[in-house]
Amino acid sequence: MIEVTNLTKSFGAKTAVNDLSFKVKKGEVLGFLGPNGAGKSTTMRMVTGYFPPTSGQISICGIDMLKSPEQAKAKIGYLPESAPLYDDMTVAGFLRFAADIRGFKGAARKEAVEKAIETCFLQKVAHQSIDTLSKGYRHRTCLAQSLLHDPEVLILDEPTDGLDPNQKHEVRELIKTLGKDKAILFSTHILEEVDAACSRAVIVDQGVIVANGTPTELRETYKSDSLHDIFRKVTTLDTAA
Amino acid sequence: MNTLTIYKREMSSYFSQLTAYIAIFIFLIFIMIMTFAVAQYMRVGDASLQYTFFYWHPLVYVLLVPIVGMRMWSDEHRSNTIELLGTFPISIWSTILGKYLAAATVWLIALALTFPIWITTNYLGDPDNFVIFSGYLGSFLVCCSFLAITSLISAFTKDQVVTLVLSCFICFLIYLVGFDQVARWIQTVAGNSVAEVFTATGVWDHFRSLNVGNFRLQDFVWFATVISTSLIGTNFVLNSKRN
Ligand SMILES: Nc1ncnc2c1ncn2[C@@H]1O[C@H](COP(=O)(O)OP(=O)(O)OP(=O)(O)O)[C@@H](O)[C@H]1O
Ligand SMILES: [Mg+2]
Repeated sequence: MIEVTNLTKSFGAKTAVNDLSFKVKKGEVLGFLGPNGAGKSTTMRMVTGYFPPTSGQISICGIDMLKSPEQAKAKIGYLPESAPLYDDMTVAGFLRFAADIRGFKGAARKEAVEKAIETCFLQKVAHQSIDTLSKGYRHRTCLAQSLLHDPEVLILDEPTDGLDPNQKHEVRELIKTLGKDKAILFSTHILEEVDAACSRAVIVDQGVIVANGTPTELRETYKSDSLHDIFRKVTTLDTAA
Repeated sequence: MNTLTIYKREMSSYFSQLTAYIAIFIFLIFIMIMTFAVAQYMRVGDASLQYTFFYWHPLVYVLLVPIVGMRMWSDEHRSNTIELLGTFPISIWSTILGKYLAAATVWLIALALTFPIWITTNYLGDPDNFVIFSGYLGSFLVCCSFLAITSLISAFTKDQVVTLVLSCFICFLIYLVGFDQVARWIQTVAGNSVAEVFTATGVWDHFRSLNVGNFRLQDFVWFATVISTSLIGTNFVLNSKRN
């Protein structure tokens, strides 16, 4: 469903993502791990068609992102890292706008918006102006936007960032449930989420994949029970680099 | 279709954030002061509205058009919503056009609200309404040109103040370069041919000819060139920002 081959992205002289290849199949949840600045967000921005890659291929459900971006983007739901929103709209107004963009009309639009509001527990703030929302609610509003059209591919950049413990739990459960019939790529700094929600994990460091496998496989390969230890072993420390 | 969705969002944003009301209000007040107090519309009896009314429009636009247009892309960069737009299944052109047309509509409304002066003129005298229409068209085209320039500048930066200052400055230069007195001054220092080039580059000459009811091809070519180049430039800048 998501197929990325030899993806490279350079900003000037700096290479943020270096020859990355991976696949996410339907029914799989891939956890994307790595230290700050490893290139996780940059990779996701390329997969969603926001950044054009310096080189490499991206295929979404068999559609080439670089050749037919609009068809490929229609298959994706994306939660950007900063959870950007239009501050002058209400939560429901923003979701209606996103539904318009996704081609929903009339009753179908109403239904899609209501369902997204329900899934992300936004009933309480549905008619509140976005600029008065708390951080967690902003994040959930943007998450709702990504689920609106029931996409086949979900790309979530730190979906649990800024959420309270209850919501973190809910979102993990949501990712697990949705993962049954979607291809999900999500990044996180919380390693417990790998066991809680992922079927597979990839650790990137300085733009390259340094570890790849199911949580069990990773534990066997590195002969360690703690994902934290594995993470520290395979990634470079800021102090060392 | 997607252009319309973007257009509607932009319109509701203009009218929920006061920007549009303020710009329209200042525009109307300013134009009224200029027309009635400074240019003495009532005493002069200028039935074509040329010297008392339309005369002031470009100068007012220099300041006010960038105020309406400055958030066009700068705000998208600042709040990072450009990343949403860039990953929605729509082409970048539908967003550029949707935003541009919404801002142009705000100005169309502002111009439409000057209708009392048109009614007054028809009541007091016997004007050539075709010339007045042509004057309105010229005024609106100046406005659209300044908006397109503001769109281009705002694509560069997330700082609305930078967009505002830079856009005002560029629009002012374009206004000044062909302005009667400036053109005459250029003529005396640099000669006829240079002056003609400057006059053709600036907005004033093209605006004035529509003002007197002259439909010259070169004027429409000028407006079309400025608007399309600026919008194509906007597209180019937005794309290169992602590299
Ligand atoms: N637009 C840009 N221009 C220049 N450099 C960039 C740009 N975007 C990202 N980078 C650089 O690319 C590298 C990877 O950044 P990226 O945001 O992908 O990291 P990340 O893995 O998401 O980190 P974090 O865990 O902090 O979110 C960083 O060194 C960053 O400075
Ligand atoms: Mg990131």
